[in-house]
Amino acid sequence: MPVTNSSRTLFDKIWDDHVVERLEDGTCILYIDRHLVHEVTSPQAFEGLRLSGRRVRRPDATVAVVDHNVPTSDRSKPIEEPQSRLQIETLEKNVAEFGIPYFPLRSASQGIVHVVGPEQGISLPGMTIVCGDSHTSTHGALGSLAFGIGTSEVEHVLATQTILQKPAKNMRVSVEGKVGPGVTAKDIMLAIIGRIGTAGGTGHVIEFAGSAIRDLDMAGRMTLCNMSIEAGARAGLVAPDETTFAYVKGRPFAPKDEAFEQACEYWRSLASDEGAYFDTEVTLAAEEIIPSVTWGTSPQDVLPIDGSVPSPSDVADPARAAQIQRALDYMGLEAGQKIAGTPVDVVFIGSCTNSRLEDLRAAADVVRGRHVAEGVRAMIVPGSGLVKHAAEGEGLDKVFLDAGFEWREAGCSMCLGMNPDRLTPGQRCASTSNRNFEGRQGPEGRTHLCSPAMAAAAAVTGRLCDVRELVKETV
Amino acid sequence: MDKFTELTAIAAPMPTENIDTDQIIPARFLKTIQRTGLGKSAFAAQRYDADGNEKPDFVLNQDPYRHAEILITYDNLGCGSSREHAPWALLDFGIRCVIAPSFADIFFNNCFKNGILPIPLPRQICDELMDDARQGSNSRLTVDLERQVIVRPNGETIPFEVDPFRRHMLLEGLDDIGQTMAHDAEISSFEHRPARAWVPSITIGTVK
Ligand code: SF4
Repeated sequence: MPVTNSSRTLFDKIWDDHVVERLEDGTCILYIDRHLVHEVTSPQAFEGLRLSGRRVRRPDATVAVVDHNVPTSDRSKPIEEPQSRLQIETLEKNVAEFGIPYFPLRSASQGIVHVVGPEQGISLPGMTIVCGDSHTSTHGALGSLAFGIGTSEVEHVLATQTILQKPAKNMRVSVEGKVGPGVTAKDIMLAIIGRIGTAGGTGHVIEFAGSAIRDLDMAGRMTLCNMSIEAGARAGLVAPDETTFAYVKGRPFAPKDEAFEQACEYWRSLASDEGAYFDTEVTLAAEEIIPSVTWGTSPQDVLPIDGSVPSPSDVADPARAAQIQRALDYMGLEAGQKIAGTPVDVVFIGSCTNSRLEDLRAAADVVRGRHVAEGVRAMIVPGSGLVKHAAEGEGLDKVFLDAGFEWREAGCSMCLGMNPDRLTPGQRCASTSNRNFEGRQGPEGRTHLCSPAMAAAAAVTGRLCDVRELVKETV
Repeated sequence: MDKFTELTAIAAPMPTENIDTDQIIPARFLKTIQRTGLGKSAFAAQRYDADGNEKPDFVLNQDPYRHAEILITYDNLGCGSSREHAPWALLDFGIRCVIAPSFADIFFNNCFKNGILPIPLPRQICDELMDDARQGSNSRLTVDLERQVIVRPNGETIPFEVDPFRRHMLLEGLDDIGQTMAHDAEISSFEHRPARAWVPSITIGTVK
């Protein structure tokens, strides 16, 4: 790497501060500050520990939560699906056996692991954070190095509190200027993925920078970092600043008083140095981003809402043309058709991408005084019990219920077809989640990714549409 | 973990980009608490119809590819979810080696941890190997990790790169954890660094 000075990036600094040892070939033993565990990717790791007679090295740096399998309906009833129940019971057995702090289903704070971590102050700036889940990148919004790992690595971290890795390359994505009304962090991120592609960030950690990023609140930064993995990156980062500190302050597990002040001082020192080297730089103009949706089966299949679906004949590469055709067939769309106006059957507002209080407020602002279109099933799934409670405190539940939305309990829900909330074959969904892969929300389900405001607009009109037109009416 | 030294096997061609881990193993099969048994559900959506019958046009439902131990694809194999169930499903199906122009990071890592060798090779070479694979059951590829070459049915050898540490672990069938635990003293001294007071411990009673 052509580093000719000692300037370092945010990533370099966090990395350097966690290297326990650099092995001969450049692989590092990297210390992990926080390990978040959920029920789907951990059973085999705990089983591995048991088989080899190993213990959990730092139960006090490990936190477990159930989220993927849980039903988001009445919590007083037992979980019906036997396999889901077994996975949850297995986690409960494992946390009891190894002495790991745990948010059970009945906890008022239970929720999606990537919502709970920051909300509780368990995830903090400057930390290394891992979880057996690719969307661990979400926590990077705090200015922490957070990435998803596989189950073998979960076992490795449980046993050693470290991970073996080589440093990633540095990428900076700068979004400069001010976004227009109705344009959210989700639209910014979809635009970035549309630009660099789902493999654009492979091998890199992306630092998001520029005035449009600085202007985002923490919820927006989390949306952005959440989808770094959809751009292929190992992690996403935003430099910690006053917005970050204000967010962290007073959270249950955040440092207090003097320790907090000391921490802030350290966190301030983490921002990338002037002149630090980035292997890849990308710049977008905020003004050019408009509300967006995906049309296909990869997150890079992004369209501005006024755009038209591509045609296989637009591309020269036959493999790419075949892929477009396959996506069109799967999605039930015609080449060249306008994406706006496409009717939807289901609207899902939730997931670790967009289920925070700010997201629900944005959706409520569109919904207020309107009603869900005939024949559309619309659901709101708050990211955590605390988000749900806070939203109810503001009367948002009433806005949604009056409009004909379902108001559900916290969990991953329809983000992935693993719990009772699923699309049925052929159903079309406007979804605030992060993946539109074939079958992601249920076998043969069709997913259009978009922001909470855009999803709300689809719910009340029954079609994919430009939220700015609805908001204009009310102004 | 099984050692990986040399493999001579049938390769299945899948000329598709961005094969994500949701395709390799859909979410509804992630409820298992074991590593084994996922092979029959690998690529379920493409492999079976709604009634559970095999779809004859899918490559892994065709002879000889139902016995494939090598998979060749296009760019960005294994993107999306970090689920290690994806390499578990491939392994349980019988796949020991995956070849593609590029891989998603987490999937690439997860393969090594399960004794599957991922080999990045330029698209043009992947195309040539796919042509070999299409010749049917006598047309086997040999993947020699010791020499770091793939031997084509015509005898031509194609060299490939692999991280020396990963190569060593695969050749010996070693487990990372044991290796790292040998560095216990360094990890302990790192844990006793001063100036980390802002990283508080989380104790059981405090999480509710
Ligand atoms: S909400 Fe979706 S993406 Fe997020 S952790 Fe749950 S399943 Fe994964």
